[in-house]
Amino acid sequence: VKYLDEYRDPQLARRLLDELRAVATAPWTIMEVCGGQTHTIVRQGIDELLPAGIRMIHGPGCPVCVTPLAMVDKAVAIAAQQGVIFTSYGDMLRVPGSTGDLVGVKARGGDVRVVYSPLDAVRIATANPDRQVVFFAVGFETTAPANAMAVLHAAHTGLTNFSVLVSHVLVPPAITAILDAPDNEVRGFLAAGHVCAVMGFTEYEPIAARYRVPIVVTGFEPLDLIEGILMTVRQLEEGRAEVENQYVRAVRRTGNTAAQDAIRQVFTVSARTWRGIGEIPASGLALAPRYAEFDAERRFAVDGLTAGEDPACIAGDILRGTRLPTDCAAYGTACTPRRPLGAPMISAEGTCAAFYGAGRVGRA
Amino acid sequence: VCLGTPGRILTVEAPADRPDLRTGIVDFDGVRRPVCLIYTPEADVGDYVIVHVGFAISRVDEDEAARTLAVIRAIPDALAAELGPDGGRP
Repeated sequence: VKYLDEYRDPQLARRLLDELRAVATAPWTIMEVCGGQTHTIVRQGIDELLPAGIRMIHGPGCPVCVTPLAMVDKAVAIAAQQGVIFTSYGDMLRVPGSTGDLVGVKARGGDVRVVYSPLDAVRIATANPDRQVVFFAVGFETTAPANAMAVLHAAHTGLTNFSVLVSHVLVPPAITAILDAPDNEVRGFLAAGHVCAVMGFTEYEPIAARYRVPIVVTGFEPLDLIEGILMTVRQLEEGRAEVENQYVRAVRRTGNTAAQDAIRQVFTVSARTWRGIGEIPASGLALAPRYAEFDAERRFAVDGLTAGEDPACIAGDILRGTRLPTDCAAYGTACTPRRPLGAPMISAEGTCAAFYGAGRVGRA
Repeated sequence: VCLGTPGRILTVEAPADRPDLRTGIVDFDGVRRPVCLIYTPEADVGDYVIVHVGFAISRVDEDEAARTLAVIRAIPDALAAELGPDGGRP
C-alpha cells in the first residue's frame, strides 16, 4: 500500500539505525506519547534494536486507558437504563468499571452497540426517535473533530434523543505533567503525528523552550519512528531543544484549522481526571454551555461509583512510564487481554496489550 | 480509537444545498468505506488522506512523502559499502 509499505522497508530501517548508532554518544531517555506509536515500536521490536543507552518510555497516549473509572461507571449506569441505546468505539466495551463493563450490560440485555464513527451514532438516533441514543465520546485531539461534528449535526437537524458522554483529553498538558514530575527521566518526546495533524504543533513550542526538551512530531510507520528517534537524539547530542516535524507529509505547523474551529465551537477546555494519573488542570474538553442539552451527564443523573482499581494492577506506573508491563506480577498471568485487570491490557493502543501481543515475557 | 489510516479517495459527493458537506468513498488497500471530507476541502479524487473514525483529518502531501524517503535513502549504507558492489559474494 502506498504510504505504508515504503515506510516499512527493512533496508532503510537498518540505515537509519546505523546513523543513530553513529550519532548517539550518551544515554538518553525518550517518550513516545501515543499508544499507536507504542504498538509499532513494540510489535516491530524497534526498542530492542536501538543503541544501548537509548531508552524508550511508553507514554499515556491511549484514550481507552486514561478514561477515568468514574466515567466508565457512568457509562455502565447509563447503558443499563431502560430505553437507552448506548454507542461506543469498540475498545471501550471491555474496560472494567467498579462494578462491571459495557459487555456485561449487553449480556444482561442492554442495548450496547459498537460504532466506527460518531456519525453512525447520530444515524442510529435518527432511525430510533423513541429511544435515547448516547455516544461515549472519548479520545484525544484526533477524535475530537469527529465527535464535535456529531454534536453539530445533531443540533443542526434538531435531534432531541441524542447525547454524548464526553471524556476527552489533550496531549500537551499530559507532556507538561510528565515533565513536572519530580522523578521525571524523559529528556525528549516523540509527539503524536495525528494529534498534530489536527492541532498543529505551535502548542509544543513553549513547552520545548521552557523545559529545554526536544519534541519531534513523528509518524506511525517503522521508518517514521526510527527517524523521529534519530532527530530527537541529534537534538539532544547537539544541545538543542526545538520542535521539529518528522511527519511532514501529513502535518502542517498550524494543523487543520477547519477541524480546530469545530472543536472550539462545540467544546471548552476543562480539567480532566486521567485514570492512573489523577486530575490534570486544563487537560481535556467538555461540552460548551451552548451545547449543554447534548450532555449525557445532565440528561441522565448518574454519579460515578468510586470503588478502587484492582490492587494488583500497576496501570498508573505504566501510564507514567515509570514501570514496564513486564515488571508487573499480574502481567500475562492474572491479567491477559482475555481477562484484563486494567485498561492498558485492553486496547490495542495500551502498553500492556502491545507487550502481550508481541510475546514479551514477564520477569516479575 | 486513535489509529489513523491512509487511504485513497475514489469518489467525492456533496448535497446540492450544502456543497461543504462533502463525503467520499475511500479505498484502504481494497476495503472501501464512506468518509466525511468536511475537514479536508482541498482533498480530491486520487488524493491520499489520513482517516480517523470516519473523518479525513489531513491530506497526504505527495512531494513531502517523497522527500522524507529521499532523505532516508541518502544515508550511506554502511553494510553495503563494507560488502562492496557485489554484495560481498566471492
